[in-house]
Amino acid sequence: MRLNRSLGAVLVLAAAVTLTQGQQPNSCVDCHSALEGELHVTPEQFAQDIHAQKGLTCASCHGGDPSKTDESAMSKAAGFKGRIERAAVPKLCGSCHSDPGFMRQYNPSLRTDQLSQYQTSVHGKRLAAGDTKVAVCTDCHGVHDLRPASDTRSKVHPLNIATTCSRCHGDTQYMAAYKIPTNQFASYKTSVHHEAMVERGDLSAPTCTTCHGNHGATPPGVGSVANVCSTCHVFQAQLFDASPHKAAFASAGLPGCVTCHSNHGISKPGDAMLGTSAQSVCTNCHTQGDAGYKVAGDLQQQVSGLEASITRSDRILNRAESSGMEVSQARLEQDQARDALTKARVSVHTFAAAPVRADVDSGLKITAKTFGEGQGALRERDYRRTGLGMSLVAIVFVVAALKLYIREIEKNGKSGS
Amino acid sequence: MAPLARVRNWLDERFGWEELLAPLRHKTVPIHRYSYWYFLGGITLFLFGVQVCTGILLLLYYRPSANEAFESVQYLITQVQFGWLVRSVHSWAANLMIFTAFLHMFSVVFLRAYRKPRELTWVSGMLLLFLAMGFGFSGYLLPWNTLAFFATKVGTDIAGQVPFVGHRLMIFLRGGEEVTGATLSRFFGFHVAVLPGLTTLLVGVHLLLIQRFGISVPSRIEPEWRALPPEKREMRFFPNFLLRELMAWYIALGVLGALAAFSPWGLGTKADPFAPAPAGIKPEWYFLFMFQTLKLIPAKLGMLDGEVVGILTFSLAGLIWLLVPFLDGTKRTQRLVTGAAMFVVAYMGTMTAYGYAAK
Repeated sequence: MRLNRSLGAVLVLAAAVTLTQGQQPNSCVDCHSALEGELHVTPEQFAQDIHAQKGLTCASCHGGDPSKTDESAMSKAAGFKGRIERAAVPKLCGSCHSDPGFMRQYNPSLRTDQLSQYQTSVHGKRLAAGDTKVAVCTDCHGVHDLRPASDTRSKVHPLNIATTCSRCHGDTQYMAAYKIPTNQFASYKTSVHHEAMVERGDLSAPTCTTCHGNHGATPPGVGSVANVCSTCHVFQAQLFDASPHKAAFASAGLPGCVTCHSNHGISKPGDAMLGTSAQSVCTNCHTQGDAGYKVAGDLQQQVSGLEASITRSDRILNRAESSGMEVSQARLEQDQARDALTKARVSVHTFAAAPVRADVDSGLKITAKTFGEGQGALRERDYRRTGLGMSLVAIVFVVAALKLYIREIEKNGKSGS
Repeated sequence: MAPLARVRNWLDERFGWEELLAPLRHKTVPIHRYSYWYFLGGITLFLFGVQVCTGILLLLYYRPSANEAFESVQYLITQVQFGWLVRSVHSWAANLMIFTAFLHMFSVVFLRAYRKPRELTWVSGMLLLFLAMGFGFSGYLLPWNTLAFFATKVGTDIAGQVPFVGHRLMIFLRGGEEVTGATLSRFFGFHVAVLPGLTTLLVGVHLLLIQRFGISVPSRIEPEWRALPPEKREMRFFPNFLLRELMAWYIALGVLGALAAFSPWGLGTKADPFAPAPAGIKPEWYFLFMFQTLKLIPAKLGMLDGEVVGILTFSLAGLIWLLVPFLDGTKRTQRLVTGAAMFVVAYMGTMTAYGYAAK
């Protein structure tokens, strides 16, 4: 009763302020800007909302009549719904967002399958089962200051998605009932994907939704992990599919790519992952004496050999360049050798020595040439310096001869006019 | 009669060769403890000659278009026999020439060699120094590499800040709003036709004036110099001084060869007009003191644009410097000019060093 009375007083005051300013009255915002907690909504905040910018008002979701300045604004007669229950949020949003005809007038390219996707997600299924702790539209997109995903301030902008997901999935207490790990965000932050996204600003780099889906978010099953990775790593996936590991992993129940590369905390792959050393992932399954163990060692040796050869050529070209020699052509060729190395590292996913050797051999051919060019440049440098030395000797000789000649003609002080 | 004497006779009969050479035979050079400064003008002239010779050789291969310039220089220095040497000597000689021209200019100021009747010798020399800097600015762009491209962009931007005529001047230099292939064509034209023509003319005037007025003796040692017996006071220009000058030229040639062999002039990467400017773009060292000063001036100085104030100040200083002989009359102004010259040397040195150290 007391709340109603104070709300009434706020309404009257807001109406008086609005009318004196001569504007279209919006009693919702007028009152809610004076309220606190989750009921607090300011005109400035709502003005940022994409819905407000497109002409929608509070009544579009909450019903009621904002033009009324008394309690009738929130009457049932005015269609007032009040607070939207969490369980009702997806359907309410879907009432517009699932209607292609309606959405076309605002954004014809916006998808309209979010609700149906959501209903297939773990979030959607749990919500349907009565679990209101799971994410609904407003948890990820925000409410009352909702911005399009292209806006860097949006919670669902690629740069912010991982943080948005981690608000629940990184909260040990909140997730305790679900018995799933909560270290995904911490792991992701150490990953090469996070580095690409945040440090290099590559918005196409994967974040949570890239692998798990957004509205239809669900963990990829063991069988479909490779499919998820292959959306970007196409060649590696093709080679893996054709390799003996495909069937072997499937029969052992191992999740494809994740078996060697992990999932959220994928670090930059290195050649040390191959071979038979302690850092190798091959030795997780292969043991000394089996064929795979031998191939693992061979692959590592070949790839490292090409890398060492590239470094050797780089070093001699650096020496030549620091001596002022022009070696840009050899530098360009070195890039081709590096391409061959990248290709060999992709071919590693065949887990066979022959395809990798083919790539490595083409790289070694180039590095042999560039090393020769580096040696040639150093020989040319030495030739120039020898030439200079001989020229300097000749110059010193001429200068000395001139000096002697001047002394000769000026003998007896005959320098004057 | 020896063949050489026959040729001389032949020329003498037709052109009065002996008469033409007579002034040279009678020309003398003062001998005193500052005489070695007299070599600087000759060394600068020698380096200009090197520039002309190597420039002509470069022209045989250089192609002045945005699509071909870089590649033609690259081809020259990697594929053409001794192309690297010609290009390196051209680049190093350009820098050494400007360096020796600056030294020559300051030696003239400190020895007050510009005083009456040599005012116009000074003016022609100063104009030659400006032309040499113009050679440097226009030649820097010709290989069409990244550094040169962006340095030219910055340099012409600064020219665009000159009040009233700035924008037109920038358009004139660039051949449009941006640095493009049109700018390259223009700079090539300035570098191989306009500037050499003007320089040759002015060098002629400069040498003629030196011939007409002779070589100055520093005023502070003139009394003691005059007290010397005539044979200890002067040496003949030909052959005594010229042979010494020849020694200096040979030494300069040795220095050029050493620089070209030990530190061949780099080419860098081809200019990409759509790429962002690399960090730390700087002009050639002889523009660096001005560039660094403009960087340090605040954007606004009261109501005025800081950069415009800087440009106007340098322009005014250049004009005053050009007119120094006409301002240097009394003892007081003499001291003022010497003080100003010391300040200019210290300022240029400090700002150039700061420019290299600054990021």
